[in-house]
Formats: sequence, structure tokens, C-alpha cells
Amino acid sequence: MAEVKLLGLWGSPFSRRVEMALKLKGIEYEYFEEDKKNKSPLLLKYNPVHKKVPVLVHKGKPIAESLVILEYIDDTWGDIGPPILPKTPYERAMARFWPKFIDEMCIPTLRRASWSEGDEKEKAKNEAATLLKILDVEVKGKKFFGGETLGLVDIAAGFIACWFGVMEEIVGTQILNKDEFPNLCDWIEVFNNDNFVKQNLPPRDRLVGKYEAHYQAVKQARAA
Amino acid sequence: MASNEVKLLSSWISPYVLRAKIALNIKRVEFESIPETLFPKSDLLLKSNPVHKKIPVLIHGDRIICESLVIVQYIDEVWASGPGILPSDPYDRAIARFWAAYIDDKWFPNVRALLVIEEDEAKKATLEQITEGLVLLEETFTKCSKGKKFFGGDNIGYLDIALGCFLAWLRVLERITDVILLGETKTPLLFKWALDFSSEPVVQPDMPDIDKLHEYSKGFSQRLKAFDKKKK
Repeated sequence: MAEVKLLGLWGSPFSRRVEMALKLKGIEYEYFEEDKKNKSPLLLKYNPVHKKVPVLVHKGKPIAESLVILEYIDDTWGDIGPPILPKTPYERAMARFWPKFIDEMCIPTLRRASWSEGDEKEKAKNEAATLLKILDVEVKGKKFFGGETLGLVDIAAGFIACWFGVMEEIVGTQILNKDEFPNLCDWIEVFNNDNFVKQNLPPRDRLVGKYEAHYQAVKQARAA
Repeated sequence: MASNEVKLLSSWISPYVLRAKIALNIKRVEFESIPETLFPKSDLLLKSNPVHKKIPVLIHGDRIICESLVIVQYIDEVWASGPGILPSDPYDRAIARFWAAYIDDKWFPNVRALLVIEEDEAKKATLEQITEGLVLLEETFTKCSKGKKFFGGDNIGYLDIALGCFLAWLRVLERITDVILLGETKTPLLFKWALDFSSEPVVQPDMPDIDKLHEYSKGFSQRLKAFDKKKK
């Protein structure tokens, strides 16, 4: 039996975060692809509270919630591979603050700005611009949010670099543009072209297909 | 300001501020509590937490740290020689972080909603969700405490702080709604835990007085409703 298992979804940004962290540290794991519409007994057993991926199972013990898992990986395999969190307490506090900001505020707003319409869309687009500006300022002068190397914040911000880019392409918005967010766009280019990251993002054409189908479903539901 | 001076932008009504205070008390850190006006927000708050504009804000020398659970972990790591707040085992730490996130993301929004919901059916549904959440937390308490007084074992830990900070507001809401939320019948272990937690020396002096909080809540409900309407 594999010591480390991961229940995930190929297209989930949260699931990919965990895969990135495991691969960064060179930890071997057995991967189980879930099906949202048909959740496995294993998923329901290991994450009864949320019934969601990702779930890491280490020596039979499950851990859920991507950011909790990332800290667990860093705590457990601290001596192996590069660190995911910085070493000093203040830098660690910053490394915890930004992913929370991304998950609680940025991701829901960016999703709303993509999939909604009318007044709701306009409002979300304005909110998105404010939030993206904050990140733009934060990454200014740095190669990665983590400094010279990839860290927890970069891994968390992967949604913006990859998934949101595809969403914008599908719905035809240009919220994330170089004029307004030059530093963030620079970071996106560095992130997306990084050799390690490139190998660990979902295939773009598959993501396009997934979001196109989602967009059609959303529009149909609205028309009904 | 000296490089090791500690200040906390705070308010006596905020459960999130209470988290930071308990953590500082556990580590016996001397700090200056700077009361925040909230309505309207002070310049100091807007300047030190421009992203969220919320308390608590910990100012440690020239460092500013926001978000209550981030602050608690910072305190635990800076004053590492004091009693530990996060568990020492990585898996126990993950469990504590998971449930703290559950409390903040899933459970507390229902509690907050009780202050603004007017319609009876919605209120009933929300009350049920709060109780269901507490039953889950009762199970968690059994697993984490392993027969001891607190989630953290013999001493108060991260998860005790994450949940315990809401106790005064819970008691106020029980008075307002006339419904028992944390009772001996459905959640006997948590009921006892609540009494133990509230009387701990690192908690008791900073826990808001329930009568005073109840009085405060009358005007607060109105302000919350207005704030929520504006956000829409």
C-alpha cells in the first residue's frame, strides 16, 4: 500500500496545488482521480465534512483543505526538497495571509466576474480589479511572491495564472491586462513558463473544453 | 517604537481580537491594547490593514500582521519558548488547522447570520445548522482531547482558541433567540469545555461580560444589517 495517496481532480486548482507541493519535494504518491458527479466511497470516508478534493492520505490518516495539506507537507517533509513556507515567523505570517486572501476574496470574485452577467458582472469586474491591484503591488520587484523561488503564495496564486486566464478567453473579458497590472502579468509569465510549473498545470486545451461546457451550462440555466 | 514593542488594535466585542489576546496571554507577552472605534474605522486601522480594514491587527515593532489565526500562529512561532499553542505533531496540527478553518468558513457565518435574519423559517434553518456544526465539533473534541480538559489536551491550544472566542456571543444569541445552542443534552462535552475554557486565567479577564455584550448587541444588529445591505 502506498504511504501517500492523493484524491484529486485533474482540473481542480486546489488539487493541483497539492500535486505541485508533493512533486516539488519529490514525494511519491498514488493518485486517485475523482468524479464530481459520482464521488467515491473513499472520498466520502476520508472527507465526510466537505466531501471535496483534494484529500491527502498519509499512512492511512486523511487531511483535507488544500492550504492545510500544503502546511502538513511542509511540516512532515521539512528536511526533504525545497521549503514551501519560509523560515522566519514574519515571512511565514505573510505566506499564510496571501493565500487566504486569494481563496476567500480573489477566487470567488474572479469566478463571479467570469460567469455572471449584467449588473452582477459589472460589480464583480470592479471588485476583481481592486483585488488584482493589491496582488500587483505585492509582487512588484519580485520574481515570485516567495522571492527568488516558488513558494506557498505562488502555488496558491496559480488559479490566477492558469485557470482565470482560460476563463477570460472563454467569456471574452480582459480584466487581467498588462496596462493595469504590469507586475502581476510579469509574474504570470514567469510562473507559467517555469519548467516545473509547466509540467504540473492541467492541459490547456482540456481546461478550455471544460470551461466552455461550464459556460454553456450556465447560460442555459439562466435562459430557463 | 522599540523593535520588540507589541500593540494590538482591538475591541472588547470582537471574538477575533480575543483570539490574539488569549495567545499573547498564554505566552505572557506584555502588549498595549489600542481600542478601535470601528464605526467609523480609524486611520490607524485603515493604514495598517488596507486589504481587509479589520481587527485584530498585531503591530510587533515595525511588523504588521493581520487575520486572527495568522496572528495566533505568528505569536506561537515568535515566542516559541512559551507554552505551545499549535500541537507539536504535524498531523494533529493539520487537524487543528482544518477545524479552525471549518469554524471560520462554515460554522461562524451561520452564527453571524442569526444577528441579521428576520424571517422565521430561515432563522430555524440557521439554528439547526449551528447545532449540527456543534455536534460535529463535539466529536472532534472527543478525538482531540483524548479525555483531557481541552482540544489541546491539558492546556488550551489553537482549536480551543479558535472556537472558544465565540462563547460570549453564543450565550448572547441564546438569550436573543431563546434557543439553547451549546447545551448539556446534545453537546455535553463541549458544554463542560465551555465552562473550563471561560474560567481559564488566560481567557477570563478578556472574555466580554455577557450582560454588557447583550446590551451592545441591540444596536449592533441594526448596524450589521445596514452594512450587509450596503455590500449588496
